[in-house]
Amino acid sequence: MGNGGVKLKRKMYAVSVNNIAKSYGAKKNVTPALHGISFDVKPGELFGLIGPDGAGKTTLFRILTTLLLPDKGTASVDGFDVVNAYKSIRRRVGYMPGRFSLYQDLTVKENLDFFATIFNTSIEKNYDLVKDIYAQIEPFSNRMAGKLSGGMKQKLALSCALIHRPSVLFLDEPTTGVDAVSRKEFWEMLKRLKAEGITILVSTPYMDEAGMCDRVALIQSGRLLEMDTPSAIIRDFSKKLLALKGPDMLTLLQAIRSHKDVADAYPFGEFHHVVLEQDDESGLLGYLQDNGIAFEAKMAVPDIEDCFIQLMKEER
Amino acid sequence: MFILLAMPVVQIIIFGFALTNEVKNTAIAVWDQAGDPAAVSLIAEMEASRYFEIDKAVSSREELDKVFRLGKIKMALVLPARFGSDLGHFNKASVQLIADASDPNVANTLTGYAAAVIGDYQVRITQERRQPYTIKPEIKMLYNPELRGAYNFVPGVMAMVLLLVCTMMTAITIVRERETGTMEIMLVSPARPLRIIMAKAVPYFLLSVVNITSILLLSVYVLDVPIKGSLLLLLGESFLFTLVSLSLGLLISTRVASQQTALFISLVGLLLPTVMLSGFMFPIENMPLPLRTVSRVVPARWYYNIVRAVMIKGAGLATVWKETLILTGMLLFFMTVAIRSFKIRLA
Repeated sequence: MGNGGVKLKRKMYAVSVNNIAKSYGAKKNVTPALHGISFDVKPGELFGLIGPDGAGKTTLFRILTTLLLPDKGTASVDGFDVVNAYKSIRRRVGYMPGRFSLYQDLTVKENLDFFATIFNTSIEKNYDLVKDIYAQIEPFSNRMAGKLSGGMKQKLALSCALIHRPSVLFLDEPTTGVDAVSRKEFWEMLKRLKAEGITILVSTPYMDEAGMCDRVALIQSGRLLEMDTPSAIIRDFSKKLLALKGPDMLTLLQAIRSHKDVADAYPFGEFHHVVLEQDDESGLLGYLQDNGIAFEAKMAVPDIEDCFIQLMKEER
Repeated sequence: MFILLAMPVVQIIIFGFALTNEVKNTAIAVWDQAGDPAAVSLIAEMEASRYFEIDKAVSSREELDKVFRLGKIKMALVLPARFGSDLGHFNKASVQLIADASDPNVANTLTGYAAAVIGDYQVRITQERRQPYTIKPEIKMLYNPELRGAYNFVPGVMAMVLLLVCTMMTAITIVRERETGTMEIMLVSPARPLRIIMAKAVPYFLLSVVNITSILLLSVYVLDVPIKGSLLLLLGESFLFTLVSLSLGLLISTRVASQQTALFISLVGLLLPTVMLSGFMFPIENMPLPLRTVSRVVPARWYYNIVRAVMIKGAGLATVWKETLILTGMLLFFMTVAIRSFKIRLA
């Protein structure tokens, strides 16, 4: 792509990543974190970066928030280059790191005030944007940030990242270590922020959260495995999926895995999900009956988690 | 590990050889009002001893005061106009020994040694001429006639406290934000390095203003150490030194990887040299050349000189301009390097 093309792309997308690579360590002991990743995020999109720990999500976020320099490739946020125009990016993005990074020895109110001040704005000016979120922790506004519960810390961190009305919001594993109810609430908040026109990039190790995004990218070992809307990814799941359960789940799983028709089998909630090599499941079911293993089976509709497990298995 | 093994070696060498309170080649001034052969021979006797070195011959009270205030000499020998004739006619004469008692220990030692040299001279001429000569040294302790220790340690404590509070406290500030992760968000904001660094310096500067005030109040009203020179100048110089210490601390903080290293550097790398090489505990003149050279880069040495000159001796800016200029230079250097070392990214 020519220079003009890159410029045009930058204008079109809120985030544009072109062949970004990054390694850590010096000469002999190099650990690659990202191997040439490319993707684009449209303005106003809620984009999910899904992958296990160590996949390179944090590295990518740090490159996009100008905290790290890429070894190779280019990236832009809101049309600004992450290397050369880092000052412009730092003014207009909101960033919530994976680790709680607010001042633990300041109160809730003081933290919010502080971040409003360093972005040359005030709480009052952008209160409408954070109101929904901040109102939930406002009763504790005089409590030290370090003494908040996980869910409240996360709400405060999000409020602080939003107080200057960023155009692009980067949330690095915002729901890690947060209870299920708070996680659900958090995604509701993100939907409301999206309605405000804010582009949101969110990373998470939880595959079940992928369905909440407009588009998701699956990342593993620094490589992008798949990128599409959640429904398109599910549609691409071509193999037959069974759900089995029985009184002795462990023996059942071992027996399933030993059969030749089985492409993959893994625990999935109260069932084992079994991906078959062919459409006919009778061979497997007969084999289990012959071996005297009690079970009940039903057809399963694949969800995004099944898709990712397959994609990650294929990659290996 | 290296530090654990090297430390005792270095300390033994430094304490054993370098940091001594012994008198050796101390610069003194001579005001010879007599100029007769007896005076010349006594001065020669002083010069010949390995304790003293005549740095300056002065010819007036004002000149004498000036060289004392500049701190170039620690003691002066004054021979009265009638020294030779008194000695010849009455077999009896007196000399005056004036010592800079802003460091009372050194003053005591110096006058003791000088009196001993004069005593030896007296014994020798008595034997040579077979007449009972008496030379009586009159000792005058300048600036601190009561020889109070506070005159010495107030400037020293000021230098140490300011350095401790400012450098050690600021040395951990920026690196602590890196460790706790708050720097990660701070960097993704419009806050520029200069603003972040200044914001770190201001609270400690205010803290130091309180410290300076309380030390001065205590020394004047509790320890009875008067402020002989201009209070404004003393405060100004103290603020300057505070800023030097702050910028040094910030420089450390921008360059180290952990709070522990920052503390270690400010403790071993700053506190020890400040205590040992500022002239507060051990006279710099007695140190061997390498240590004297090192002492030149110790900011506290210059500040200690300034406080002693302004507070105890009543000197003005005209006397301490060189020290002031050196501290200003250090401030600019540390500040510039600190801002340039500030990492605008994580790695």
